Amino acid sequence: MSSTVSTRGAARESLLSRSAAMLVMLICAFYFLVPIWWLFVASTKDRSQFTTTNPLWFGDFNLFENIANLATYRDGIFFRWMLNSILYAGAGALLATLFSTMAGYAIAKYAFRGREAAFNIILGGVLVPATALALPLFLLFSQIGATNTFWSVFLPSLVSPFGVYLARIYASSSVPDEIIEAARIDGAGEVRTFFTVATRLMAPAMVTIFLFQFVSIWNNFFLPLIMLRDEELFPVTMGLYVWNTQVSQIPEIRAYVIVGALLSIIPLIIAFLGLQRFWRNGLGAGGLK
Amino acid sequence: MSHRTALAGGALLLASALALTACSTGGGTDGGDAAACTPSEGKVNLTFTSWLPGIEDAVAIWNDENPDIQVEVQTGPNGNGGTYKNFFNQIEAGNAPDLGQIEYDALPNFRVQDGVVNLADCAGITDAKSKFIDWTWNQVTFGEDNAVYAIPQDIGPEALYYRADLFEAAGLDVPTTWDEYAADAAIIREKGGYITNFSQSDINAFAGLVWQAGGQWFANDGESWDVTLDSAESTKVADYWQGLLDDDLVGTVAPWTDEWNAAYNSGEMWTWVSAVWGANTISSGAPDTTGKWAVAPMPQWTEGESAAGNWGGSTTAVLTGSKHPYEAAQFALWLNSDPDALTAMNKSANIYPATVDGADLPVFADGLDFYGGQKIYDVFADAAKNVNPDFTWGPTMTQTYTDVADGFSGAVSGSGTLLDALKSGQDKTIAALKAAAIPVKG
Repeated sequence: MSSTVSTRGAARESLLSRSAAMLVMLICAFYFLVPIWWLFVASTKDRSQFTTTNPLWFGDFNLFENIANLATYRDGIFFRWMLNSILYAGAGALLATLFSTMAGYAIAKYAFRGREAAFNIILGGVLVPATALALPLFLLFSQIGATNTFWSVFLPSLVSPFGVYLARIYASSSVPDEIIEAARIDGAGEVRTFFTVATRLMAPAMVTIFLFQFVSIWNNFFLPLIMLRDEELFPVTMGLYVWNTQVSQIPEIRAYVIVGALLSIIPLIIAFLGLQRFWRNGLGAGGLK
Repeated sequence: MSHRTALAGGALLLASALALTACSTGGGTDGGDAAACTPSEGKVNLTFTSWLPGIEDAVAIWNDENPDIQVEVQTGPNGNGGTYKNFFNQIEAGNAPDLGQIEYDALPNFRVQDGVVNLADCAGITDAKSKFIDWTWNQVTFGEDNAVYAIPQDIGPEALYYRADLFEAAGLDVPTTWDEYAADAAIIREKGGYITNFSQSDINAFAGLVWQAGGQWFANDGESWDVTLDSAESTKVADYWQGLLDDDLVGTVAPWTDEWNAAYNSGEMWTWVSAVWGANTISSGAPDTTGKWAVAPMPQWTEGESAAGNWGGSTTAVLTGSKHPYEAAQFALWLNSDPDALTAMNKSANIYPATVDGADLPVFADGLDFYGGQKIYDVFADAAKNVNPDFTWGPTMTQTYTDVADGFSGAVSGSGTLLDALKSGQDKTIAALKAAAIPVKG
């Protein structure tokens, strides 16, 4: 009897709070999705219809012509930029994940003098914004004559203090010392233990670090702006920005900027949707333990 | 155990060796020994940073004809969008490009910080003065003797773009004075339109209006700067436009946006006081109004005069630290005076040359359909000759523009006036100059 009453009471309460929560989430989702909808609708329009039709609904559907025009403008430099971004962000995030995981694992699992000091210094690096580092990095790279190269943007992207922090937390909570001991007893070297045992156990955290670093490199605007002068090396964010500054001389370019912006968010969407399963596991699993 | 410590020791040694190498090469290069401007031996490779779209086409012509002086084009956002800062960083780091595109209003900033090489000693440069319109040469020499800091590239002489069909239907003559313009504004407002849109963010356009009125914002007597954003003519222009704003006779849409394009496309805006490159802006942003526009000289403060303002324009300068200033100067001069190069740049970037002969290029000879078949470039050629040669830009225009634009945004939405914005911009500019240890009055 009492259990039915309490469940009915519980059901009524959670319906109200559930509805309120849903409402807030719907509003937030709406707020974030409307600009993307606008971007999609704007990309389908011909320039002449841009100002004359309802901005949130379609005019004539010209998306594929717009994409074709974008692809041929300046010999397809836009797709070169997309490739650059995917290289900088994808390959950069992969290597950054590897390095941070190794560093976090080492700090979590090996006792050595200066361990905490090293960790605290690395943690201090989380506080330094990327923009503050761009100019010193430029001067540093100038001394070795490596500005305006692929490496000038790629190498600084391999560093992720936040990744080291996440990896350390995850390694201490989800890689039991006993497993490492067992591997040592079986004769595995430390490096082999790391790659075959620890990375499997730390996979959710590695995916989380990868996604964080991917987004952070993709959005890092100031570093390419200050390092790069060769159009072939630009990431897509900087390329679109440069085009946008030319609008007063070539008004047509505004259409390319809009279609380009739409295309440039696709890799990020794919990365998140594809890896979100791991992302959810990674964030929650540490709490369970 | 010892294996591990040996590895660790090795890593530490390597890291410190790298760090020490970096420290020992400190100090960078000597910067610019901008000594005599003498030709270099052998093949020369120059780097040229420009944000002009399609400038590679013009440069390719030079590269074909000059196998011993090859120019590589580098690009980036426009000057105020980051490239000027990059130039200064690169000059400091010693790896600046040989040549850079610098707009007229940014050149004093580079001059004050010794960022550009004086080309007067390079062969043929001082003699080139006769090729360029007189006021553009003043803009690159600052009136100094034996000094040329850049080669003028393009200009933005201003005129009045207007909807010929709407004016005719309303029975209005094209305004030739600012008083007539204000009177027409009231009539047009009654018909439901606006005579024009007041731009709250194009401070260099507003400077062009002050330039037309014969005013100055900056002066340099060789000792110190004088900042006069509130000079008599500047005040006159500010009061004029403030009057139009107060009576709701001009639109206040943010420029360079979709709504701004829509306002012109729908016929709500009847005129635009703008530069020669604005022809393309209107035809792209307001395609439904094709054939209905025409161009007339700017309205004047005094009946019968023909003064014009200037909005925009760039130069090509040789940046400090270039190892081949002679070849760079030759290239810059060719780029900005050769008819083929100028035609190529007009085709790709819609720019209007600063040369005296530029107005006679074939590409400017025809009438444009969008403007009812009018040969609009004739109007601009006249305007280019009537720009006051003595207008001076200050050494911190980017900052001044930002400060004044903040005030203008306020004025446009009702808090404060344009003159207040100019005065506050003036105070902030004087403070900025003092903070940079640049001598300034006041």
